[in-house]
Amino acid sequence: MGKEEVLILAIESSCDETAAAVVKNGRTVLSNVISSQIDLHKLYGGVVPEIASRKHIEKINQVIEEALQEANISLDDLDAIGVTYGPGLVGALLVGVAEAKAISFAKNIPLVGVHHIEGHIAANYVENPDLEPPFLCLVVSGGHTHLVIVKDYGEFEILGRTRDDAAGEAFDKVARAIGLGYPGGPKIDKLAKEGNPQAMDFPKAKIEDAPYDFSFSGVKSAVLNYLNKCRMQGEEIVTADVAASFQRCVVEVLVEHAMAAARDYHIDKLAIAGGVASNSGLRCAMEKACEENNIKFYHPSPILCTDNAAMIGAAAYYEYKKGTRHGWDLNAVPNLKLGER
Amino acid sequence: MKILALDSSGLVASVALVEDDTLVAEYTMNYKKTHSQTLLPMLDEIKKAVELDLETLDAIAVAAGPGSFTGLRIGSATAKGLGLALNKPLIGVPTLEALAYNLYDTAPGTLVCPIMDARRKQVYTGVYAFENHNLITIKDQAALPMDELIRELNSLERPVIFLGDGVPVFRDMIAERCQVPYSFAPAHLNRQRAGAVAALGAVYYKEGRTQRPEEHQPEYLRVSQAERERAKRLAKNGEA
Repeated sequence: MGKEEVLILAIESSCDETAAAVVKNGRTVLSNVISSQIDLHKLYGGVVPEIASRKHIEKINQVIEEALQEANISLDDLDAIGVTYGPGLVGALLVGVAEAKAISFAKNIPLVGVHHIEGHIAANYVENPDLEPPFLCLVVSGGHTHLVIVKDYGEFEILGRTRDDAAGEAFDKVARAIGLGYPGGPKIDKLAKEGNPQAMDFPKAKIEDAPYDFSFSGVKSAVLNYLNKCRMQGEEIVTADVAASFQRCVVEVLVEHAMAAARDYHIDKLAIAGGVASNSGLRCAMEKACEENNIKFYHPSPILCTDNAAMIGAAAYYEYKKGTRHGWDLNAVPNLKLGER
Repeated sequence: MKILALDSSGLVASVALVEDDTLVAEYTMNYKKTHSQTLLPMLDEIKKAVELDLETLDAIAVAAGPGSFTGLRIGSATAKGLGLALNKPLIGVPTLEALAYNLYDTAPGTLVCPIMDARRKQVYTGVYAFENHNLITIKDQAALPMDELIRELNSLERPVIFLGDGVPVFRDMIAERCQVPYSFAPAHLNRQRAGAVAALGAVYYKEGRTQRPEEHQPEYLRVSQAERERAKRLAKNGEA
């Protein structure tokens, strides 16, 4: 076999999922194993970095071995190992980075460090064989909110980002305030389906001179104030209406900014990525807006929206093709910027 | 028998290769804590310098805690990755036992007491002695307030040698409160050394005390701060 096929083992441990995957040619997922710690962190209402790191070291070998087995390959078949080295929780990232480096070193397999958000964006390549840069991508998760132009593989122009809370963070905080618990995104999404999205109006922040930037702390505070006021005055709180209205406000901002960017930059392809990309309200609204504006809409299935290693394998493939190789001194970079090398 | 050993439990980063009774190579650095960037390049240096074929290793020993949580995980993840890739067993060597092993065959009757600064006025420590050329545990490794450790040592009424990165932190307290004869180990023996991890690891290997790479995880001797605070909160609510 001429080496037409590139097999990559990818490892992801930036937050609270320990994940490994085997990806062929950046687009075909041979295995995608995720060990979620979510139940552990529920007790604390959010991810506890030290607990996450401990769980990673406990699970990482099992997860990698399962990924290799499911893909029915051995380490000797690999062309590269991809690993998330930022952004994320430093202690959590270090487990994946140290493990990946040791395996690469022992087997003499090229090592490719991957940016976590570039991974989220690349999740779209897996299920959309026709998707190629350039396209616009909205990345929305618990830690990130970015509107970027993917100019080429691994080449990005950031048009807008959040000034304060990430979109997913606002979901988590509002969910906690109405007693839904962690993680907030899926719970608000579910409850919102039973509520009236027009029941109340929360403010949508606009940032002067930065039309594509986001701010979600205002809408979050407005929800918290509304809840406080109701409680003080003894008024009944219809949590489903609060969830639906809050979600509508956040989604509207996301869609409006994405559409404006597509229009301004004349881009006819839009992808969404990140944990919040599995929010049904966002998907519906974005799909509709794209249709109205003749934009082709792409989104990963929910399993590829949350943190996973298949997306890291997809991103690693394009880095590998460009010749990116990392050395044994690769470190975790908790605040790694998008597009930074 | 060929054993590769790693120790990144504290400020020191150390890698060693021991073959039977010979320390073939050891690379130890006590300079800034950037283990994530230095540990594997150090191993790479050794591998090249002594033309080490990793496939010929019998096991990988690692300082398995206590220590800096992050440092321990860098060592453990490196060992686990090597073990997985090479299909070799791991030997988790308790950090304080390996430190005590630096002072092998200290005169019977004299205690070896490694102390690692654990912050919050505590130390990770254990009390050891050598009998018939074997390391004997007098007090198993634990996280303790330093004054409590000194009280215990006073009650044992035996001379003691201190070592570890807790020494500079607690030297004054030791001078003030220690009532038994004491001394401090010299520079070449008073910090973590992967050579000791490998040598003691070899003893454990012969005793069959190995782990599969996936089984291994560090021994922290402390729960995370979030767990500690939650337990405190629950206890308080339970009382109310």
